[in-house]
Amino acid sequence: MSAYNTNFMPPAPNGSQAGLVNGQPLNLQPQQQPQQLQQLQQQQSQQLQQQQAQQLQQQQPQQLQQQQPQHLQQQQPQQLQQQQPQQQQQRQPQQQPQQQPQQQPQPQLQPQQKPPQQLQQPQPPHLQSQPPHQQPQPPHQQQQPPLRPPQKLTQFQQQPAAQQLPPQLTSYPLNATQFDNNALNKVRPPPPLSNGPATIAPPSHLPPQVRPPALNGPTAAPVVNGSNGALSATSSRTASPGLVGSNYTLPSMESAAAPPPSLVSSNMQFVPGPLGATAVPKQTFNRQLGPPMQPQQQPSASPLAPTLGATPAPQQPPAQQPPVSQIANLSSNLQNMNLNPSNSYAPSGTSSLPHKDFRGVAVGLASGVAPLDNIGANALLATSGVVPNMKNPMVAPFNANVPVSRNPASVFGGLNGPTTTVDKPQQLDNQKVTYGVPPVPTAAEQNNNVQRTAAAPPPGAQRPPQWQPPQPNSQMQMKQAFVTQPPLTQASSQVQLPPFGPPPGLDKQQQSTLPPQQPQYPYKHAYPQAMPPQQQPQQQQFQPQTQQQMPMPPQQQQYQSQPMPPQHQQQQHLQAPGMFGAQQVPSTAPLQYQTQGTTTATAPLSVAQQGFSRLWGQDTIDLMQNRHILSPATLAPPKVVLHNQFHESINCSPSIIRCTLAKIPESNSLLQKSRLPLGIVIHPFRDVNSLPVIQCMNIVRCRLCRTYINPFVYFVDSKMWKCNLCYRVNELPDDFQFDPATKTYGDVTRRPEVRSSTIEFIAPSEYMLRPPQPAMYLFLFDVSIIAQQSGYLEAACAVLNRHLDEMPGDARTQVGFICYDSYVHFYSMAEGLNQPHEMTLLDIDDPFLPRPDSLLVNLKECKELVRDLLKQLPKRFAHTHDPGSALGAALQVAFKLMQASGGRITVFQSCLPNKGPGALEPREDPNNRSAKDVAHLNPATDFYKRYALECSGYQIAVDMFLMNQQYSDMATISGVSKHSGGCVHHFPLYQKTKQHMVDSFRQCFKRYLTRKIGFEAVMRIRCTRGLQVHTFHGNFFVRSTDLLSLPNVNPDAGYGMQISYEESLTDVKTICFQAALLYTNSEGERRIRVHTICLPVTASLPEVMHSADAEAIVGLLSKMAVDRSIASNLSDARDAFINATIDVFNAFKIAQNLPSGQSGQLIAPRSLALLPLYILALLKHPAFRVGTSTRLDDRVYSMDCMKTLPLDQLMKYIYPELYKIDVLVYHARNSNLNTTQDEDEDEDETLPDVPRLQLSAEHLDSRSIFLMDCGTLIMLYVGINVPTDVLQALFGISSTAELSDYVYGLPNVASTENDVLKRFVLRLNYDKPYAPLVQIIRDTSTAKGQFIERLTDDRSESSLSYYEFLQHIRAQVK
Amino acid sequence: MAFNFTAFTYIVALIGDAFLIFFAIFHVIAFDELKTDYKNPIDQCNSLNPLVLPEYLLHIFINLLFLFCGEWFSLCVNIPLIAYHIWRYKNRPVMSGPGLYDPTTVLKTDTLSRNMREGWIKLAVYLISFFYYIYG
Repeated sequence: MSAYNTNFMPPAPNGSQAGLVNGQPLNLQPQQQPQQLQQLQQQQSQQLQQQQAQQLQQQQPQQLQQQQPQHLQQQQPQQLQQQQPQQQQQRQPQQQPQQQPQQQPQPQLQPQQKPPQQLQQPQPPHLQSQPPHQQPQPPHQQQQPPLRPPQKLTQFQQQPAAQQLPPQLTSYPLNATQFDNNALNKVRPPPPLSNGPATIAPPSHLPPQVRPPALNGPTAAPVVNGSNGALSATSSRTASPGLVGSNYTLPSMESAAAPPPSLVSSNMQFVPGPLGATAVPKQTFNRQLGPPMQPQQQPSASPLAPTLGATPAPQQPPAQQPPVSQIANLSSNLQNMNLNPSNSYAPSGTSSLPHKDFRGVAVGLASGVAPLDNIGANALLATSGVVPNMKNPMVAPFNANVPVSRNPASVFGGLNGPTTTVDKPQQLDNQKVTYGVPPVPTAAEQNNNVQRTAAAPPPGAQRPPQWQPPQPNSQMQMKQAFVTQPPLTQASSQVQLPPFGPPPGLDKQQQSTLPPQQPQYPYKHAYPQAMPPQQQPQQQQFQPQTQQQMPMPPQQQQYQSQPMPPQHQQQQHLQAPGMFGAQQVPSTAPLQYQTQGTTTATAPLSVAQQGFSRLWGQDTIDLMQNRHILSPATLAPPKVVLHNQFHESINCSPSIIRCTLAKIPESNSLLQKSRLPLGIVIHPFRDVNSLPVIQCMNIVRCRLCRTYINPFVYFVDSKMWKCNLCYRVNELPDDFQFDPATKTYGDVTRRPEVRSSTIEFIAPSEYMLRPPQPAMYLFLFDVSIIAQQSGYLEAACAVLNRHLDEMPGDARTQVGFICYDSYVHFYSMAEGLNQPHEMTLLDIDDPFLPRPDSLLVNLKECKELVRDLLKQLPKRFAHTHDPGSALGAALQVAFKLMQASGGRITVFQSCLPNKGPGALEPREDPNNRSAKDVAHLNPATDFYKRYALECSGYQIAVDMFLMNQQYSDMATISGVSKHSGGCVHHFPLYQKTKQHMVDSFRQCFKRYLTRKIGFEAVMRIRCTRGLQVHTFHGNFFVRSTDLLSLPNVNPDAGYGMQISYEESLTDVKTICFQAALLYTNSEGERRIRVHTICLPVTASLPEVMHSADAEAIVGLLSKMAVDRSIASNLSDARDAFINATIDVFNAFKIAQNLPSGQSGQLIAPRSLALLPLYILALLKHPAFRVGTSTRLDDRVYSMDCMKTLPLDQLMKYIYPELYKIDVLVYHARNSNLNTTQDEDEDEDETLPDVPRLQLSAEHLDSRSIFLMDCGTLIMLYVGINVPTDVLQALFGISSTAELSDYVYGLPNVASTENDVLKRFVLRLNYDKPYAPLVQIIRDTSTAKGQFIERLTDDRSESSLSYYEFLQHIRAQVK
Repeated sequence: MAFNFTAFTYIVALIGDAFLIFFAIFHVIAFDELKTDYKNPIDQCNSLNPLVLPEYLLHIFINLLFLFCGEWFSLCVNIPLIAYHIWRYKNRPVMSGPGLYDPTTVLKTDTLSRNMREGWIKLAVYLISFFYYIYG
């Protein structure tokens, strides 16, 4: 077992593996010396390591400031040791046996190695005494990437076999403290509930309506919040119901500073003693509560007692002991809700709230949802007996947010802190900015402005008639409405609901029928963040609810059914600080829309609140009245909320795997009722910033289904684990249980496999069918006359020449070149030749290789020849007049050339192949491009498909660059890539005279050359028993029902899978998908990358619908539609889109029990609010549009993109992002001032958050500049009246007239504005494979059509506008 | 019953039907192997595709015999299957060789289950008609 380190890939865009962590030079020389010196040298290296480790410790704060992920620090020390094997392997890939002798001496050094090892653990490992180490940690926690906590990056150190242990044991350099911290992170509770500070007022006895809203204690009220580690962690858990006393007490946990429940529970399974003893009740308890939703909060309930003691709230009156029945009731409720405390403990607690959340918070929404939370929380608390602690609920969230709130401000534009007085917004309102730039001096102001500017254009028009316009008073905007508990009588009069609660629809219905009589009295709250708490009382206004369309979320009534003592009603004022962030609407959303609640709860909340947050997510929107639907709330993917033992933070990143449903319906019939597609979209080979890479002798897998061990398995005991896919109980190998840090057996939870759901193994030899292949690249250039006219060859050769060294590969890398017109030209670069020799194959009908060798040459050895050839090639064919293109023949010889090894064939094709095998006829009728029915989407011949299948058998992938001038039948020739796991790039009408196209091609080709590549790959998707993969989408060959053959895999390829049911899932609580990608990397190393995602199962239809992921659904639907249009025809696919939308809304109507029949509403769950928008965009997309002239090749390419783009890029491709960048200009100017005045460099580095706009011309404004990010193209639309100074600063021109019709690229102007804009574009490009072209479009230019065409919300001559589309759907929804 | 053309027809049909049963069984087995990952779809399609046309032709040939000897009932029983075969072959994916099965799509669950079902149904039909021919 050799040590392996995390593999740091560069930030996504470039994908090359250059540079290890921080580029720290590591002193590795000793390791490479002969063995006899090794002992001595190891000592040296240990010293070095010690030094380095110390340095690293010192560096920590700096690194934190640099916002580097925490794991960097942890890894650095280890790299010292671990680089040794890595380098050995890299440098001597073929000499692996030699590593063995070198490694053997190490055991002798064991005693000496120990000290450094301990040094590497700057914070000694001990689970149960974290506090001292935690204090430096909070910053880490804030910066931890939420999805992949650093500890997962564990590396296995090459460890001399520990003396007392079996020879091959891995040591975990992880230090325990960090582990703990991380764990705490995951479970870090939101503060609000438990820490009622001393300032809490006694419960008021006034009726809720009259009660002064003195919710907010003085600002000074200490907040025991996220940063505070264990105490708060446990304290917030007190909120969970009083199960504590009954059967679940963990005294030892308390003494141990309360490690996170999951940690504890896992410990309990292995550690003998009291902990172990307590574990038993827990297990049994869980089992007793059998129903599908387990009470997941229960582990967290345990620390109740300690937290009460721990929280600095001595004045809290003693908790009331609720009647037992109430407890039972409560717990059942919680079960039903599938509460998961870990859910809304956002991965890093309060501090890691997304920026948008903060802004949302600041906006302070009058909300119908907030009340729910409060009521629900109250109910819970009331019954749980924890209530009295909560007298001042506002304090906690308020204070809790204060540190947070600073963040958004700083992030978005380096603005002032959050402490602004209430008056400020008003001032701002008066303050008109000429250039339409919303001033953004503070977070609060910023939000205000956003709202103001957004709502400005058509203030009245956008409002639904009943909507109460927000009062101009900015206070109002900063307020949050909350609903107090209805009077007792009312509550008691309500029917007690069954434990599982009524479907939300019921309540909706009731509510819609009697809206004004609702017993809720929304208060408007000044949002605490915006103003000092002392001022809040004055701002709270009593405002009876009269808004009819403010739907009271259903849960409200559900929880009202539990009568509450009046003093508990105060808790309803409890604010969920983060909740509203999610729903903040930066664009033109009417306020009424904002009031309709929240989707994802990212806030730090108490357990009770978290439980409700799931229900909050279930709010609905009337789409007909909320046309401006695009908001962060609707954009965020639904959170996967898991069982308590599986913290969400270990779930796979949504950028890698996303499921269309965040909760899986338990049976096929339920899925059918929801009418939603079930599937996953996956981006398996994505460039990730940090990836745990481990090497071990035996990779632990299930014996039955071969699942890789993952964080979601169940450890039966210390030696057994239960597969989470097939439920087989497997044995653990001995070395897996050993935790070197504690020198004990049993703590398997530290293994990186168990800690990270994305992991990469270095595969041992049993994963190789043959020795790993070297990197092999073969380039096929079309050199017919059309190709020469386009002139692509020059650019391609130049780029190739320049990046020859950056192509991934080791010393064995081989390259070859073939050109073809009517004949096939080979280039021999044999040794001893001064220059490449050309051989021309004339017999293209029966192609053969002119010579067996020297056509593919070693790149390192023949680099000069290759460069020479690349220089000569463009000239060589500069004057050709051959109109033929014998693609088929060239492919066949290429296949023969690559057959032995496999590799990558890159084809540059510029015209229709018309010679030799695979010759094609032009099929497209140019006059029929806008016809209703599009023909010829299918391949004309299966030559290319058969060829691709053959290639796939020999591990050859064919990538295609189509640079066509005319119809080239992409539908046919792209088959060569589709079935061989290749990729297709399309540059229509490529001309070397069009500089922007050349640039675009260069960028693309450069990325293509330098990105990572995996050879001879296979990917297998495993699902929990009961599910199976139904259909795959993407470029690959399906070799068996769950195995994809990917001769090459590249980081820009995405895949989709439809999932179907084999059997019902009624008896499982979670299901998992595991994608394992086995590939050979360019260094000839066999690796396995494993992604695991775990999703809860639900039996409730509304839950299914509310947890839908609109983007993933659209991604999957588009793939299915492509299949449909190929198998059937395009209009079928278009109908399917519309029908799918209608069906979904129908299903939702049924799920909500809304009255059937037509109404003026189109009720959608928040999760699916964007579905019609995206579907409409798809219908107008080049892939699926009709009525607009679309070249067949373009259409086919678009369809291909639908199938292969990863989801994030696909969404930009389908629904481009539109921004109004005035904010940037303003920010640039403002930050100028800031820097001169405050000299605050940090804030200068940040960019304001630019709100996304919907793609409608109504947002356009002649005085502003708009940026549209289409993924592969960024368009800047410059209004005609943009002020001159802005133009000057941004583009260096004085008037728009100076812009020609087609301008590409951002001009370099030395101005802050230009700089900010560039940084903004950089930020947009961060996740993209390569930097797209930037096009500047003048308002009056002829290129304006390109921009307008993409405004898909607007009506065009042949398609509906968004509103019309909604009306169409509404009419169809019965 | 004298040995006339009709009797000959039924004897031929019996023998032919036995072959058809074998085809159907092979079909079912092949797709089962596909389903359980025993076989590479390319190989499987290569072995299945050449058998498609012979099966169809054999079936049509038997029915031609029925037509010639005026066994209208037997013919009517078989006409739906003939129609299905013709429809199936007309809608086959783009292929250069004979056959029906495309290795790139054959593993789609839809296709797979449809083919399996088709195999079983055909097997049943052939078996029933086999006994019918015996007693006819």
